Amino acid sequence: MKNFSYSSPGNLGDATEAAKADGTLIIAGGTTMVDLMKIGVLEPETLVDISGIGSLESYEVGSDRMRFGALAKMATVADDQAVIDAFPALSETLWKAASPQLRNVATLGGNILQRTRCPYFRDTAYAQCNKRDPGSGCAALDGGETAHHAIFGGSDACVAMYPGDLAQALVAFDAKVVVQGPGGTRTIPFNELHVRPGDNPEVETVLKPGEIVTEISLPIIPAMANSIYLKARDRESYAFASASAAVGVEMEGETVRDVRVGLGGVASVPWRATAAEDSLRGQPLTEETAREAGRIAFEEAEPLDGSAYKIALGADVVAGALMTLKSRMGGK
Amino acid sequence: MAVGAAKAQEAEASAHARTIEMTVNGKTRHVSVEPRTTLVEALRDNLGLTGTKIGCNQGQCGACTILLDGTRVNSCLTLAVTAEGAEIVTVEGLADPTGDLHPMQTAFAENDAFQCGYCTPGQILSAIACIEEGHASDAAEIREYMSGNLCRCGAYPNIVAAIEQVRDQQEG
Repeated sequence: MKNFSYSSPGNLGDATEAAKADGTLIIAGGTTMVDLMKIGVLEPETLVDISGIGSLESYEVGSDRMRFGALAKMATVADDQAVIDAFPALSETLWKAASPQLRNVATLGGNILQRTRCPYFRDTAYAQCNKRDPGSGCAALDGGETAHHAIFGGSDACVAMYPGDLAQALVAFDAKVVVQGPGGTRTIPFNELHVRPGDNPEVETVLKPGEIVTEISLPIIPAMANSIYLKARDRESYAFASASAAVGVEMEGETVRDVRVGLGGVASVPWRATAAEDSLRGQPLTEETAREAGRIAFEEAEPLDGSAYKIALGADVVAGALMTLKSRMGGK
Repeated sequence: MAVGAAKAQEAEASAHARTIEMTVNGKTRHVSVEPRTTLVEALRDNLGLTGTKIGCNQGQCGACTILLDGTRVNSCLTLAVTAEGAEIVTVEGLADPTGDLHPMQTAFAENDAFQCGYCTPGQILSAIACIEEGHASDAAEIREYMSGNLCRCGAYPNIVAAIEQVRDQQEG
């Protein structure tokens, strides 16, 4: 690992000031950053460690919103009974991600900003990576192995997949993030935080230099209480999603009043399947409507040779999540 | 490397070096580290505590698992500077001073829960934490919550048995 200078400011004001300089990166749990620094993908001159800012660790499930400080730990939130009761899918996105050791350290704020697992981004032996080295090309699109690349939201410059799980629950349930920077505080709808690769895949979020995510919050809505995160992967535990779905349903009698579908393992950014949601609202929840929603969710997919399997798998995951929720509601 | 380059690197390293204080297995220790020094390197190279192993060195295998302020973490992904003031337990700190093994160490021996032994220190610390966290209710939950520790010899059934044994002893 290349050497760097290190500071650990005790408050947000000092942290945002220190973090705005060129060559500076912010570190919290560090489970992705230290890894990427070891393999030479990230080579910061300075690290600003915000993990000591205790005020960002708290979280609460209130009556109309739930709020999570950016430094709340994945393991703590995943195991919290109030979270499990109010929004089971959110807990599931956390405990079905990473390993227990990583979840004890990794924070919610760092989780949503985690970097892609694209093998060509992570391996500096490949000269071509527009995300790591803008303008160098894309080894995945240039005859590479594409089994774990995006089938939504990619571009001619980059098809790297956003690998996170938590983000799929956040994007489907209208989360917001609060960020603090040298210019003050602002609130960003979660679905505007990440940006698609387009011509500039090195730009992954709308965050400006020195801006730090301080809080993630969600409005509490009825579909949260009956929600699930179904995650298909190469092995049963400790693997990134091949295809996953964060789904919540609110019924009104026999028909679907509200439904939310976020898709993991398939897109360049957190992905909400709004067309699939629209197909279900006002309809009965049956195997037929669930399968149709799964089909519609992947109708606009643009797979590569290696990632075409995600269309059938993802449609099954969406339908399976919906039918599991139906059975939990007593088959109504 | 040329002598000049080596000296330049050494000078650069010492410019970044700092001394941190940690409590390791109950004893206060002072260690001089660079910002890039990982905790597992500080434990092994600076303190000579080679029970903690480096396997993949990227957080996938769990051989470097230690307890940091009571929770299990991968010491290969932890920068030593971030452990300033922390309480650390490694496999060397598990047996009591008279030499009696920790119940989890005994259970691993009794259940033949290892073959080559390389992953074992990490497995044992992770197993202790798995029970402590309340994630050892049955074999399926143990397997889920031990998924951050790989065993290339494939001792998994016996590792699960060892954890169930200690869980039952604690409940009994």
